[in-house]
Amino acid sequence: MEAISSFLQQNLDMIYVVILMIFLGFEIINRVPSVLHTPLMSGANAIHGVVIIGAIIIMGKAESDNYLALILGFIAVVLGTLNVVGGFVVTDRMLEMFKKKNQKS
Amino acid sequence: MSISILAICYIIASVTYILGLKMLSHPATARKGNLIAAGGMTLAIAATIFLYTNDGKPLGNFGWIFTAMTIGLVLGWLIAKKVKMTAMPELVSFFNGMGGACAALIAIVEFDYMYRANLNTPDVAFSSVAHFGHYLAIIAGSIIGSTSFSGSMIAWGKLNGSIKDVSFKGQHFLNLIVLVLVFGFAVYTWFSPAGHANIPFFITVFLALVYGVAFVQPIGGADMPVVISLLNSFTGVAAACDGFLYNNKAMLTGGILVGAAGSLLTILMCRAMNRSLKNVLIGSFGGTKASAKAGPATQKAIKEISLSDAAMVLAYAKKVMIVPGYGLAVAQAQHSVHDLEKLLVERGVDVRYAIHPVAGRMPGHMNVLLAEADVDYDKLLEMETANDEFKTTDVVLVLGANDVVNPAAKNDPGSPIYGMPVLNVEEANMVIVNKRSMKPGYAGIENELFYSRKTSMLFGDAKKVLQELISQIKEI
Repeated sequence: MEAISSFLQQNLDMIYVVILMIFLGFEIINRVPSVLHTPLMSGANAIHGVVIIGAIIIMGKAESDNYLALILGFIAVVLGTLNVVGGFVVTDRMLEMFKKKNQKS
Repeated sequence: MSISILAICYIIASVTYILGLKMLSHPATARKGNLIAAGGMTLAIAATIFLYTNDGKPLGNFGWIFTAMTIGLVLGWLIAKKVKMTAMPELVSFFNGMGGACAALIAIVEFDYMYRANLNTPDVAFSSVAHFGHYLAIIAGSIIGSTSFSGSMIAWGKLNGSIKDVSFKGQHFLNLIVLVLVFGFAVYTWFSPAGHANIPFFITVFLALVYGVAFVQPIGGADMPVVISLLNSFTGVAAACDGFLYNNKAMLTGGILVGAAGSLLTILMCRAMNRSLKNVLIGSFGGTKASAKAGPATQKAIKEISLSDAAMVLAYAKKVMIVPGYGLAVAQAQHSVHDLEKLLVERGVDVRYAIHPVAGRMPGHMNVLLAEADVDYDKLLEMETANDEFKTTDVVLVLGANDVVNPAAKNDPGSPIYGMPVLNVEEANMVIVNKRSMKPGYAGIENELFYSRKTSMLFGDAKKVLQELISQIKEI
């Protein structure tokens, strides 16, 4: 019980952010047409690529003899970049086609 | 000073994610929204590299970081640009898996730091020396990230056809046991001696990977979009856990935002198929197959139509409705179908497309595909509009669609897809169904439509059939 209350105390601002973001996330995409489901999913996929920041921090702070952190960190940065770049490019490619369509009609 | 600039960059990045997602949910602003979010991401990454300080020290190992980022950039760009439009769904799953793995790796390295920091007191329980909040974030990040990674890889394999649907009795029970074991080892790690905490931790990660596989494996391929969307939100939560670890608001906001938006999107997708999430996850199609087959077993004769007859029928029809499905996507026949449409329109036929919201492998799959072939937007009818039109339609041409035109969804309460809105193609005068074989669709259920008196089957690869139809019609 002690641990939980001190945990809450220490991370109060984080917890606020989490709660507000949950509501915001629900609110933002509440009325999305089904045609946009796939691009939206792909876009959200790219945004969680923000995890790459963590991978960069891991790599950046690793001592030169900490091979586990260096190797796993290296892989993490590669994968994270894949997620970000691939995610945004794929989303853009999908949406490019919608755009063409809209101009025509 | 540099820290505050970093904080401002992160705030800007968080705002771009929110704005980006908001704009992505409206057709007119979607593309701009994606670019804005990408811009915010670039800012956040650049700011982290150059401004982030760890206990007052700036980051090092730039050579490694830039090498890794270049590899990721080139690979990601090439894959995303080269892959065909039809393979988009599995690509989203693939990239999602990469993000999940990234989040899990970060958590694993952070666990290693925590583990080694407490090695000088090997016999004291981990719980009394380690920071509870950090452990919680690490274990949650590694479990969710690993599950998301292995699950996404399975979903990816299922969509590109390299992994088959396998389900057996008691599978859900087994999954539950694996899940309980994951949590059990996660708790056990916390209370085990600090000198040996690494072994149960890695068992936890391993079991989480197993769970991802076991969780996705029994779910039918047609439901993969829903699963990918769910795993997408998992990865978001995993990213948020890592953000919590570093007290990094940009990661936290981005991750939670995706987690929440992704869960809602998952529910919306289920709703588009008129099914509940529970039904998708637990009620895998395998279990209900038997009851669906038992029902209609009376008339099993199908009628085939020759290419020239089909060409004749289409050329002399007044109103033709084309129903595209996954078969069209697989055969890459979107350009051929557009050619056929143009040819028929030249002959004075009224040609339209009836788009089921979940035709193909992803909502909007068909719209994207047909847009690639420059099919006019006005010719694409949504399901409700199309259903009003079928009564006055002469010929419906079904191209590689199956479950979305299955009347069992309306008539047979025992059918696994009962209640899903479908296209009422049987109301038209005549239905021509193009399929590669009589194999049932992704839901694995028989389609009464194929045995209807109105229906004629035209077997073959969609692209080949369409090209031959075009040359036949030209000769008429």
